[in-house]
Amino acid sequence: MLYAILCYNVESVVDDWPREKAEAVMAHRRSIAEKLRSEGRLSAFAKLMPTTAATTVRAGRVPVVLDGPFAETKEQLLGVHFVECASLEEAIEIASSLVVETGALEIRPVQAGFNLEATQ
Amino acid sequence: MTDVSWIESALTSARPQAMSALLRYFRDLDVAEEAFQEACLRALKAWPVNGPPRDPAAWLIFVGRNFGLDDLRRRSKQTELPSDEVLSEREDVEGALAEQLDASHYRDDILRLLFICCHPQLPATQQIALALRIVSGLTVKEIARAFLVSESAMEQRITRAKRQIAAADVPFETPGPLERANRLGTVAAMIYLLFNEGYSASGGEAHVRLPLCEEAIRLARLLVRLFPGEPEILGLTALLLLQHSRAPARLDAEGEIVLLEDQDRSQWDRALIDEGLVLVEKALRHGAAGPYQIQAAIAAIHARARRAEDTDWVEIDRLYGALEELQPSPIVTLNRAVAVAKLRGPAAALEMIEPLGERLSGYFHYFGVKGAWLKELGRLEEAREAFDRAIALANTPQQAAHIRSHLDRLLVP
Repeated sequence: MLYAILCYNVESVVDDWPREKAEAVMAHRRSIAEKLRSEGRLSAFAKLMPTTAATTVRAGRVPVVLDGPFAETKEQLLGVHFVECASLEEAIEIASSLVVETGALEIRPVQAGFNLEATQ
Repeated sequence: MTDVSWIESALTSARPQAMSALLRYFRDLDVAEEAFQEACLRALKAWPVNGPPRDPAAWLIFVGRNFGLDDLRRRSKQTELPSDEVLSEREDVEGALAEQLDASHYRDDILRLLFICCHPQLPATQQIALALRIVSGLTVKEIARAFLVSESAMEQRITRAKRQIAAADVPFETPGPLERANRLGTVAAMIYLLFNEGYSASGGEAHVRLPLCEEAIRLARLLVRLFPGEPEILGLTALLLLQHSRAPARLDAEGEIVLLEDQDRSQWDRALIDEGLVLVEKALRHGAAGPYQIQAAIAAIHARARRAEDTDWVEIDRLYGALEELQPSPIVTLNRAVAVAKLRGPAAALEMIEPLGERLSGYFHYFGVKGAWLKELGRLEEAREAFDRAIALANTPQQAAHIRSHLDRLLVP
C-alpha cells in the first residue's frame, strides 16, 4: 500500500527556529528520505514554500482565485498533485480544471532542492 | 526531550498577537508589556512540564490578562477604588479567549500595534527601534548592537519614544478600509526602513546588522499572512526576499563591496529567490502595480539573470520609467540612468542625470556612477573630480575603498 505522510506544524514557530535547529531537522528528514529511497520505497518528498506563497482556487458557481492558503477546518485534505508549471498562471489554470462543485485547491510552490531528485 | 528551544520560538512567534491583544485590553504599552513578560515567565515554568498549549498566543493572552488585571487591582487599592469598567471586564475572559481565535479581529490588533510604533512624530530610527522592542521582542541590548550605539543610549531612546506615543492616542475601534490602508502603508514603509537599516551596512558591521534584515522579512511575512490579498504587501515582501537573497555575495573576503554585476551569482540564496519570484507573480496578478511591486519586479529581473550580461535592461528601463511616473524622485531617475547606460551608452546616461546634480549634490551614488561613466568616455579629469566627491560623501569605509580602487585604476592607463 502506498501511504502519504503529511507534515503539519505552526508555521510562524517553525520560521523562528534557530538556523541550527532548522538545519538539523531538515538533515534528519533528508536522511530518512534517502534511506527510504535507497530501499525503493519513496515515491515523492517535498518541502513546500511558506503559506505566504500560496494561492487558492475555491469552487463556486464561478471558481474564484484567492491569495493565501486553504484556511477552512470544515474540509479535509483528500488528494494531492505535483505538477511542473512555467508560471503561477499555468498552475492556476490546471487547478481550475480540477474544480468540482465544492471544495478548494490550494496551489503551493515546492521549495527547490527538497524533492525526490535531490536525494541520492 | 530536554530541548526547550521550541518554547522560545513559540514565545517569539506568539508575541505580536499576544502583545497586541494585551494592548487592546490595557491601552497602555508598559502595562501590556509587563503582562506579556509575566505570561512568558509562567510559560517557561509551565510548558516544559505540561507540554505546549494548543494555542500559545491564546494561553499568553489569558495568563497575561489575568496578571495585568490583578496588578491593576492591587495598585488601585493603594491609590483609589478601581473603576467598575476595569473590574467588569474580568468576567469575560473566556469570551475574550474565543474571540482571539478569530483571525479577522486580531489582524487589526497587530496592525494597530505596528502602526503605533510608526507615530509620525518619531524619527525613523526610533520607529524602527520601538517596533523591534515591542513587536519583535528584541532586547534593548540587541537593538543597541544593531544600531551601533550604547545600551543606555538605546534604552533612553526607546523610553522617550514610548512616552511620546502614550500621548498620541491611536483609536482602538476597528479601522475602516481607508484608515486600514493608510496604516498598512505606514507600517510597510517602516518595515522597508528597517530592512534598509540592515542592508545598507557593510564590512565589519554587516554581520551585526543582518538580523535587522531578517526581522524585517519576518514582519513582512506576518503582514502577508494577515492581509494576504494586498498586492503592495506582497510586493514589499518579495522585494525584501530578493534583495536579501544576494547578501552572501555582496561583500568579498576582505569585506569590500562587490557590485551587482560582479557578484558570484551561485552564492545567491535560491530558496529566497524562488519565494520572491512567486510573490511578485502573485502581486502582479492583481493588476494594481505600486512602487514596491515595481521595485520587486526589477529585483526579479536581476534574480532571473543567470549571468550579469543576461540582464533584461530594456525591461528594467521600462519599469523604472513606470516607477518615475508613480513616485517621481531623482534617485529613481538615477537608477533608470544605469539601465540607460547599458542600453544606449554612458553619454546618454550622463545627459539623463545632468539635471539631478543639484538635488543629489549630497548623494554618494550619484558621484560614483557619474565618475564611472565619465571614465568610460575618457573624460578622466572630470571623472577624478566626481570620484573625489564620492569619497567625501561615502557612508562607510567600504564605499570609500570601492571608489578609491576606481581612482587607482585611473592613474594606471
